[in-house]
Amino acid sequence: MELEKFEYDNKIVRNFTVATMIWGVIGMLVGLLAATQLVLPDLNLTSWLTFGRIRPLHTNAVIFAFVGNGIFAGVYYSLQRLLKARMWSDKLSNINFWGWQIIIVSAVISLPLGYTSGKEYAELEWPIDIAITILWVVFGWNMFATILNRRVKHLYVAIWFYLATFVTVAVLHIVNSFELPLHFMKSYSWYAGVQDALVQWWYGHNAVAFFLTTPYLGLMYYFIPKASGRPVYSYRLSIIHFWALIFIYIWAGPHHLLYTALPDWAQSLGVVFSIMLIAPSWGGMLNGLLTLRGAWDKVRDDVVLKFMVVAVTCYGMVTFEGPMMSLKSVNIISHFTDWTIAHVHIGGLGWNGMLTFGMIYWLIPKIYKRELFSKKLANVHFWLGTLGILIYAIPLYWAGFMQGFMWQDFNPDGTLVNKDFLDTVTKLKPYYTLRAIGGGIYIIGVFIMMYNVFKTMLIGKLEVNEAVEAPSLPKLIGKEEGEHWHRVIERKPVRMIIVSLVVILIGGAVEIIPTFLVSSNVPTIASVKPYSPLELEGRDIYLREGCYNCHSQMVRPLRFETARYGEYSKAGEFVYDHPFQWGSKRTGPDLHREGVGNKQNRPDSWHYLHMLEPTDISPGSIMPSYEWLIDDDLDKTYSERKITAMRTLGVPYEIGYEEKVLEEMEVQARGIAENILKDLQPDDFSPQQVNKLKEKEIIALIAYMQRLGSDIHKDSEEILNK
Amino acid sequence: MLKFIKHHMTGIDGIEIYPIISLSIFVLFFVGMLIWAFREDKSKIEELKSMPFD
Repeated sequence: MELEKFEYDNKIVRNFTVATMIWGVIGMLVGLLAATQLVLPDLNLTSWLTFGRIRPLHTNAVIFAFVGNGIFAGVYYSLQRLLKARMWSDKLSNINFWGWQIIIVSAVISLPLGYTSGKEYAELEWPIDIAITILWVVFGWNMFATILNRRVKHLYVAIWFYLATFVTVAVLHIVNSFELPLHFMKSYSWYAGVQDALVQWWYGHNAVAFFLTTPYLGLMYYFIPKASGRPVYSYRLSIIHFWALIFIYIWAGPHHLLYTALPDWAQSLGVVFSIMLIAPSWGGMLNGLLTLRGAWDKVRDDVVLKFMVVAVTCYGMVTFEGPMMSLKSVNIISHFTDWTIAHVHIGGLGWNGMLTFGMIYWLIPKIYKRELFSKKLANVHFWLGTLGILIYAIPLYWAGFMQGFMWQDFNPDGTLVNKDFLDTVTKLKPYYTLRAIGGGIYIIGVFIMMYNVFKTMLIGKLEVNEAVEAPSLPKLIGKEEGEHWHRVIERKPVRMIIVSLVVILIGGAVEIIPTFLVSSNVPTIASVKPYSPLELEGRDIYLREGCYNCHSQMVRPLRFETARYGEYSKAGEFVYDHPFQWGSKRTGPDLHREGVGNKQNRPDSWHYLHMLEPTDISPGSIMPSYEWLIDDDLDKTYSERKITAMRTLGVPYEIGYEEKVLEEMEVQARGIAENILKDLQPDDFSPQQVNKLKEKEIIALIAYMQRLGSDIHKDSEEILNK
Repeated sequence: MLKFIKHHMTGIDGIEIYPIISLSIFVLFFVGMLIWAFREDKSKIEELKSMPFD
């Protein structure tokens, strides 16, 4: 058989590996800053460094920059070798690389500046969303063309995972990013309230599934056999693992919305599929670990395998814990507390982090044709990483359980033990300190790895184009007699990708379509009306500052919640919320019943003083000061256009309402400004002071806060009179 | 835009059957895959398994 000579592209692998390390360190340092801010709120130095703005930067950087580049590095290395072909186009590879880095830089700039769509893990604004779509297509195109040009007959299981990743991430990103642009860096989600929540968590959950899990499972199926020198334990199991995982995962999103206003049937569906998910997840985990059967002695000496064993073990732990957290009784405690943060970091630091590090330590010596600079330092990194994870997670689990139980504590007379939400926060400070220390230790390990890897690179020389030989294959790709049907699928990548697409669409379709079709899923409430123009502006400030990162807007129908916050939240109250702002974590209290007429019923001046300096009102508060809201004038350039945009999305503002917008804003703002001044300087304020204050951003935000969850208290007579 | 999609789907007679059909398709596919995975020839599996080492 004739041998063809060709070369593997190692430069692109090197580039992505370096980017993985650099963005990893940056993303983790931002996370460390955010973690430290919870202990030392003074570290919220400027508006663009507040927790609400940098927490999205941390999540986006770690998911899309660190893990994203890690995926590309691993895929570009393994794909070429598994297919015995160079990447189809060097140009596309380079566009993929530089384009991805530009997207990350744009995120690093835009998120701290407050440009956000307000949807978790999908915060980037619409121009960046479009750029991501284009780059993702470039990656898929390059991968696909390489598959079509391959010199082997069959696609190894790792490649199935890569293909499913490509197709599903494309679907998730596009569906969740439907938004109506208002201007260059501002848009509103097409969906509202419950529907937006369902789409968002269908996306959010499956971003974990298809960005943090399936590509890494592909890498596991390639790199563990390579590093251990042993084939995967069971190839049959890997086939079952693949199909079961991609089918079941897509259904589980609603477990992020238990006890919320989401229809019950959707919540139950999410729980059932989450429990089922244990089977394929553990099948895959065991398949990875059992690959090392008979080679455990190697694990003692080989640092790469050590990293991989910890990674796969962490994968096993989170995929057992996740389904447990989706049980409603457990979810009461885990939801909105630090338990969830601990859970995702076992996944992030353990599964993604440790597998990435193992892969880098294995891959860099291979493409630089020399031993790793220092095995000892790699071992130090391994122990720092492992210890860091433990010191990070254990205190945070403790904090989560503690706070969850503190929220639920009742006195014998039926009142709450911890009436003040803040009491349950200040008790967590020692745990937050330990968590930050654990994270710090983990990052020190990453710095040591960077030193070790860069040293290896300096001493060695990159084999930019690695020469190889393989038989050409045009004739081999054909049907054999008596061939099984699954072989046909895996031989034909186009079919493979279509079948994967159908499999993942089934779950999404069953969950999402009925919510849009059946109006009884979101019962409307007659007294719930659209926001006033000033409230809408205030809502945009709420989004810009990332308030949803610490405050939920979802009172669950549980006794300890209604005793603390008031009436539980109804689906019909969110029908005009583009996007929804239910949140997923309560570092501060829930805000859905913050508005007038509710349990809290705070005066406008309370909010004014609280935003100016939270610790003056609530000593010990860890909320940053938002003094710039008091200094800065509200930008009304788009106020009218916002009404038009909302109407396009289905909010029933009457035609021509835009003409009254500025006038109505003026009236409402003046009222709030007068209320504040009356309270702060009872007999002693001038009309000039009112005129100055009413223009400030804080006024719009207070208007929004006072509207929150207040519509259900307006009686029907008042509405009829209007 | 969404209202066009919504309208489009509500206009289909008997759309309720669609998710049931798709679920059945998957279950059949999954069962077929299980049967195949367990009946597949051992030497072929070994060949696929060794792909990372070739």
